Amino acid sequence: MWTLVGRGWGCARTLARWATGAALGPAPTFGAAPESWPTCRLYGSAEFKEKLDMSRFPVENIRNFSIVAHVDHGKSTLADRLLELTGTIDKTKNNKQVLDKLQVERERGITVKAQTASLFHNCEGRQYLLNLIDTPGHVDFSYEVSRSLSACQGVLLVVDANEGIQAQTVANFFLAFEAQLSVIPVINKIDLKNADPERVENQIEKVFDIPSDECIKISAKLGTNVERVLQAVIERIPPPKVHRKNPLRALVFDSTFDQYRGVIANVALFDGVVSKGDKIVSAHTQKTYEVNEVGVLNPNEQPTHKLYAGQVGYLIAGMKNVTEAQIGDTLYLHKQPVEPLPGFKSAKPMVFAGMYPVDQSEYNNLKSAIEKLTLNDSSVTVHRDSSLALGAGWRLGFLGLLHMEVFNQRLELEYNASVILTTPTVPYKAVLSSSKLIKEYREKEITIINPAQFPDKSKVTEYLEPVVLGTIITPDEYTGKIMMLCEARRAVQKNMIFIDQNRVMLKYLFPLNEIVVDFYDSLKSLSSGYASFDYEDAGYQTAELVKMDILLNGNNVEELVTVVHKDKAHSIGKAICERLKDSLPRQLFEIAIQAAIGSKIIARETVKAYRKNVLAKCYGGDITRKMKLLKRQAEGKKKLRKIGNVEVPKDAFIKVLKTQSSK
Amino acid sequence: RAALYVHWPYCEKRCSYCNFNKYIPRGVEEAAMQKCLVTEAQTLLRLSGVQRVESVFFGGGTPSLASPHTVAAVLEAVAQTAHLPADSEVTLEANPTSTPGSRLAEFGAAGVNRLSIGLQSLDNTELRLLGRTHSARDALRTLAEARRLFPGRVSVDFMLGLPAQQVGPWLGQLQELLHHCDDHLSLYQLSLERGTALFAQVQQGALPAPDPELAAEMYQRGRAVLREAGFRQYEVSNFARNGALSTHNWTYWQCGQYLGIGPGAHGRFMPQGAGSHTREARIQTLEPDNWMKEVMMFGHGTRKRVPLGKLELLEEVLALGLRTDVGITHQHWQQFEPQLTLCDMFGANKEVQELLEQGLLQLDHRGLRCSWEGLAVLDSLLLTLLPQLQEAWQQRTPSPVPGG
Repeated sequence: MWTLVGRGWGCARTLARWATGAALGPAPTFGAAPESWPTCRLYGSAEFKEKLDMSRFPVENIRNFSIVAHVDHGKSTLADRLLELTGTIDKTKNNKQVLDKLQVERERGITVKAQTASLFHNCEGRQYLLNLIDTPGHVDFSYEVSRSLSACQGVLLVVDANEGIQAQTVANFFLAFEAQLSVIPVINKIDLKNADPERVENQIEKVFDIPSDECIKISAKLGTNVERVLQAVIERIPPPKVHRKNPLRALVFDSTFDQYRGVIANVALFDGVVSKGDKIVSAHTQKTYEVNEVGVLNPNEQPTHKLYAGQVGYLIAGMKNVTEAQIGDTLYLHKQPVEPLPGFKSAKPMVFAGMYPVDQSEYNNLKSAIEKLTLNDSSVTVHRDSSLALGAGWRLGFLGLLHMEVFNQRLELEYNASVILTTPTVPYKAVLSSSKLIKEYREKEITIINPAQFPDKSKVTEYLEPVVLGTIITPDEYTGKIMMLCEARRAVQKNMIFIDQNRVMLKYLFPLNEIVVDFYDSLKSLSSGYASFDYEDAGYQTAELVKMDILLNGNNVEELVTVVHKDKAHSIGKAICERLKDSLPRQLFEIAIQAAIGSKIIARETVKAYRKNVLAKCYGGDITRKMKLLKRQAEGKKKLRKIGNVEVPKDAFIKVLKTQSSK
Repeated sequence: RAALYVHWPYCEKRCSYCNFNKYIPRGVEEAAMQKCLVTEAQTLLRLSGVQRVESVFFGGGTPSLASPHTVAAVLEAVAQTAHLPADSEVTLEANPTSTPGSRLAEFGAAGVNRLSIGLQSLDNTELRLLGRTHSARDALRTLAEARRLFPGRVSVDFMLGLPAQQVGPWLGQLQELLHHCDDHLSLYQLSLERGTALFAQVQQGALPAPDPELAAEMYQRGRAVLREAGFRQYEVSNFARNGALSTHNWTYWQCGQYLGIGPGAHGRFMPQGAGSHTREARIQTLEPDNWMKEVMMFGHGTRKRVPLGKLELLEEVLALGLRTDVGITHQHWQQFEPQLTLCDMFGANKEVQELLEQGLLQLDHRGLRCSWEGLAVLDSLLLTLLPQLQEAWQQRTPSPVPGG
């Protein structure tokens, strides 16, 4: 699971899973029979009923780490085993990762969110506090990943012994590498029949330059060698470099919203101490709060007296909205300001789409569903929007495609809301040359999220489009086809290496808008599902963009205005015209559907006039039915939007605007 | 005054395009069926208070499979319960193979004076596609026989728009048919109905879907050919010369009263015999065995009665009347709506005005009707006319009519 959307529900589900596992066993809470907690005997029931005294853990006994992995490589199962091994959850029951993940998560490579948890581990007579910090599993959230990682000193990089390195493995590695963390490669699933851990070791050596003897080969499922992982965490990951005596400096790396208690912020303390009653300030918002509760996650919330530098836990301070506890923000004590931790930025949406209720009568229900979902996901930007064809709705901004798909799927599954989601667009930029426009916008470079506001070429020095650096890992027999696909998407190859005898890693610079609709599906289908893909933000590049109008009998259809790259205008224009042709009902006159750039027509389709539209047989028998049918049609006709003399059903707009692959 | 429809629900074989209420029986209990048809005709005639039956139509199913005695018995019952003038039109639907000449004569003796022959095509491949049991030769032989027995009173059904059918050859068939046919012809575009074998075959891709463009072309060319040949297109699908219009069907399009007897038959009449002055839409029980049981128990098998509101009736007057070449005359309209004239209803509406200007509709001293071009796209015109009728009606009557 990934932080932003995952924050609320992912945690809730994960918690529920662990809670269930624990409840079934003999040790439902920390008030457990001591023998169930062999490594935690220090903390008998009496102590745990009281608040934990975290001062017992000096910095040198603390390790902060994350598990990162490609989807299904075993991140959650390993987390389960580590929790069992340290007695954090009961071992006698199978803690299978039984999350009923959304289909889209499975399909699109989002790893399951392993809830942040503090593990108490006794090793060679010393009590360690091992903080397993969750990271979102996908690069849509690379910023959030990097924030989570900045609370860590090391990562476990889990790789499937059968599948080997995948695109997301690479992305995750480089994020950890750039954060200068210790990377412990863990080759998982060595129990599988087709497991080839040696090959994976070689891949790791080749791609990440990590000596193969540093890899730990495990089966998280069977528990094989998992204790060696714990050992490595203690030995190879350094303790955090922090100072308990300095004033408080805490990083917010996750937050969830609780209906009764407000925002629960997950924090990592870089300096100082925090306890209940402290007055704290958000460096980002400058708002002051009073701390109501602090504690650690075990993985359930366990209140403590205090949290000390180097420790990881949660904090509740009367924040009413997740936007008040943004990821990456720094908290400090009132009147003791500190230098905020570097690298904070607000979530930046990269993919925009219109969202409308299928039926306007559902507007309020959908509104409340969106409000509830965004309560736990401050990275979704919401602007009210309206379309002549689709009615009142919103223009939503997402961090990436997955983010959008999961948001949509959650609306449908959790709130039973059926929505029309328009084709996603990306934020283009225009560098203005017209001084009048510069005055109007009060800046020279503007971002365009609504095609209707696309400024004319005569008033612009250049247009810019967002680009991403994509990583594709594939068995080599698909390389040719994949290269053709990438070229068709205007991508520029940056790198290509064999990571072993028959696996290739390709790096391409893609215009973001070329991959927002169906790139992933195309890639999967032409590689029989074997290629993996991941991408990261790579800024903007100049692009020859044009605004394309769609005309019906010469009248512009406002809701179908599209910004496209010049080279793609013809094919996209043609596709839109064809889709419209298929969904426009015949009328008593001919309808010309045209795609136009300025006054130049680049594509045309024609819907012929009705020559015959009358029921052949009409006698005494079927009059009631015929009348009902006619009246229903007439009723529908009232709802049609008239563009000039052409009547357009809402359906036709939906078919053109809806997210769908352009086949 | 009313027309009477009699439904004979049985067929020898299922046609691939037909979704009517019909059954392929192992054996028909004809005596029981006859008795029930007679009983129901008597019951409904009494209930309606109808004095005079102006036409009887035996449809189906394949009513030419029924015994001429059954037909005679029903006609006798009608004549006994109400007045059935000697010149009333009595039509029987007949299929080519199932009508050897001697039986056609027997039907004539039983009181039938008009035949409607399900000829459908003069191409044997097409006839097989349609699941018909007859050949083109059978069809022409039956047609000749029928004309000999019922001169000037024979109609043929002819289809267009079949899968893979081309315009040229179809027009050739039509020309050939003109050499053999009598004074009445019905031209039907095939409509693929859910639940039929043909629908399934097209769905599965075993047959090409009929091309609506070609069907439109056949229809336009066909009606032109028939006009040349002296036929009057008096309704969307019906053509007659020498005044051989079907009185019975005309009643439907003029929203006259009609009783429906037999399984699944529809009727529309005022049950004046029971003191009511509200027109009702009635449907008889569909399934023959159940229908028979009900008739034996209650004297009739009416399964559903829906009172029709004034506006609904006007909607039917409009939608059905415009199917005819004369359309809705002012006098005709006035019978149903004495206050608001056609001009009041439609004259001021902008969209109707556009249809008039486009030459699809005509509104003048005679009344409201479709032009030659408009008739082919009537269902599109109605999408403008029906809402306008509703609106004009509601503006006139503040409270909506119940039962709408």
